[in-house]
Amino acid sequence: MTTQSESLNSQPSTLNFPLSEFLQQLLNGLSLGAIYALIALGYTMVYGVLRFINFAHSDVFMVGSFIGYYAGKHVPERTYWGGLLVLVVAMLGCALLGMLIERLCYRRLRGSATLNVLITAIGVSLLLEYSGQVFFGATPRTFPDIFPSTNFAFGSLVISSNQILVIVVATLLMVALQLIVYRTKIGTAMRAVSLNPKAAQLVGVNNDIVISFTFGLGSALAAAGGILYAINYPSIDPLMGVMPGLKAFVAAVLGGIGNIPGAALGGLLLGTVETFVNGSQWSTYKDAIAFAILIGILLFRPAGLLGKFTVEKV
Amino acid sequence: MSLRFPPSPNSRHGTFRIRVYPCPSVVKNSGSPTIPVPRPHLYLLAALLVALGISQFSDRIDPYFLDVIIGIGINIILAVSLNLVNGYTGQFSLGHAGFMSVGAYLAAAVSLFLGPKILGEAGGTALQQGLMFLAALVAGGLGAAFAGLIVGVPSLRLKGDYLALVTLGFGEIIRVVFQNVEFLGGALGLNGIPAYTTIFWVLAFVALSVFVVTCLVHSTYGRGFLATHDDEIASESVGLNTTRYKIVAFVIGAFFAGTAGGLYGHFKMTITPTGFDFTKSIEIVVMVILGGMGNTLGVILAAILLTLLPELLRPIAEYRMIIYSLMLIILMLVRPQGLFNFKFGKAKL
Repeated sequence: MTTQSESLNSQPSTLNFPLSEFLQQLLNGLSLGAIYALIALGYTMVYGVLRFINFAHSDVFMVGSFIGYYAGKHVPERTYWGGLLVLVVAMLGCALLGMLIERLCYRRLRGSATLNVLITAIGVSLLLEYSGQVFFGATPRTFPDIFPSTNFAFGSLVISSNQILVIVVATLLMVALQLIVYRTKIGTAMRAVSLNPKAAQLVGVNNDIVISFTFGLGSALAAAGGILYAINYPSIDPLMGVMPGLKAFVAAVLGGIGNIPGAALGGLLLGTVETFVNGSQWSTYKDAIAFAILIGILLFRPAGLLGKFTVEKV
Repeated sequence: MSLRFPPSPNSRHGTFRIRVYPCPSVVKNSGSPTIPVPRPHLYLLAALLVALGISQFSDRIDPYFLDVIIGIGINIILAVSLNLVNGYTGQFSLGHAGFMSVGAYLAAAVSLFLGPKILGEAGGTALQQGLMFLAALVAGGLGAAFAGLIVGVPSLRLKGDYLALVTLGFGEIIRVVFQNVEFLGGALGLNGIPAYTTIFWVLAFVALSVFVVTCLVHSTYGRGFLATHDDEIASESVGLNTTRYKIVAFVIGAFFAGTAGGLYGHFKMTITPTGFDFTKSIEIVVMVILGGMGNTLGVILAAILLTLLPELLRPIAEYRMIIYSLMLIILMLVRPQGLFNFKFGKAKL
């Protein structure tokens, strides 16, 4: 009798299961994708003005969450103002770090071979990772609960307030970025440098300041991504940036590198796809799927989903 | 040579001929005319004999010292083969450890699963074991070369940063695949690989890789690698198939990475997928950059230095990667042609 009634009770839930499971995965995917999008924006902006991939970006993301870890100890836990304060401190700290990296390493190499800049970027990335291992220690740490968190349940669908927070903060930052790039003087200068650095210089744009600002802006977004990532996956270590960084780069390429809405779209798409793969039977191939997407997109649509295809001029 | 390119100064071939360096292996009158063997082949033969000679005395060499030499040799093979891709051909590959892992797994699988069937329970004589090992290494190398072909054909249409990332991505995919194949031990890796690697095999393959890369790059055909490095568009416009050159460089590089992997597996007797991750690729890249890209001697010296450095710096092992990364940054800022590039004045590459 009991077994029969149990099977009868479970009947409706198995029918509902796929839809709520689908929505749950979609929500998880979107919140992960929003973080990827934030990191991807930094890659895409730096690529826009300097035409190179800033490998160290993923480690700025890591430094962002470590700044959050240390700053989080000095504010009361589970308060909105405390959490926002930590977010702002991390963003400012990483903006400074990004500008410092640009000033010390990349500026001297401007105009030299692409390969040299690429190798330097890899060097900076490794330096940040392994100095992190020495200074912060290699063992993972638990990120403090800086924001108040509750779970809302709609039937079997569980939405955590942190997921909503991630999506809201990421959306606000992306809107702010869009306003900076299209509505302010420095944003116009950024677009000018991206279009043609020499011509921009001729009409009075100070390229050094613009590039420095771009690094600062991108790094601040990476720091925000780092904090939001650490809130949802509260275990941080010095090598945590590598995988999200690579995936965010894939997201930037997917959307069309150098294209800001493209980076956002690519991030959301990639996060969703990855979460669905993670929930399926092929979950062990989760890390490979991003690279498979990268290879596919580079082969079939190298300009990305929203990018324009350009012919190389000699 | 002169038959294929008639020495007419006005013909297109004639003008092209002037810019082409003759291959040392076909330069005549290099020795007495009674010896038909060209000089690089003699060097190879001499190196093999030296390797055989040293292996006779290997019992009397301190085992720690021997281990270090084998480690150096494996790193030289890796660095010299990567140098063909990253240095001479100017493509930036970050997935060399991936090809190394393919070779290591395949060679280990051959001697673990096929070895007992062929050699029997007794294990066979030393000669049979040697032939078995050679077959395993060649199988590993060919497997890696095949992986290189599969990776190279699609990805070598890309340039610079993108190529670096795609090769990195492929390296990671290969690692993830090995972690999931239960047949090859999964995440635990393969254990109990017979310890076939001796100083002779390492030195022989070092000599072979240096020989192949040097001769290839200095041959008439191989000048195409340098041309691809110098200016891809210009090379294409004079009719060189640069994509093909890139793929050839990639496949040959992968082959030697595979044999190095096979040697490594039969030296350590155990291999795990995480042993061939991104860090290993970076280590090989650092050797190539430190030695000066496109400079075989420099790369060999850098491989020796970077294998000895961790041994010497054992007390401060945690700072090793910091030292590597600082080395990369400072080299690029101060001396982008590499530490061991002794060509003063205008840098060649």
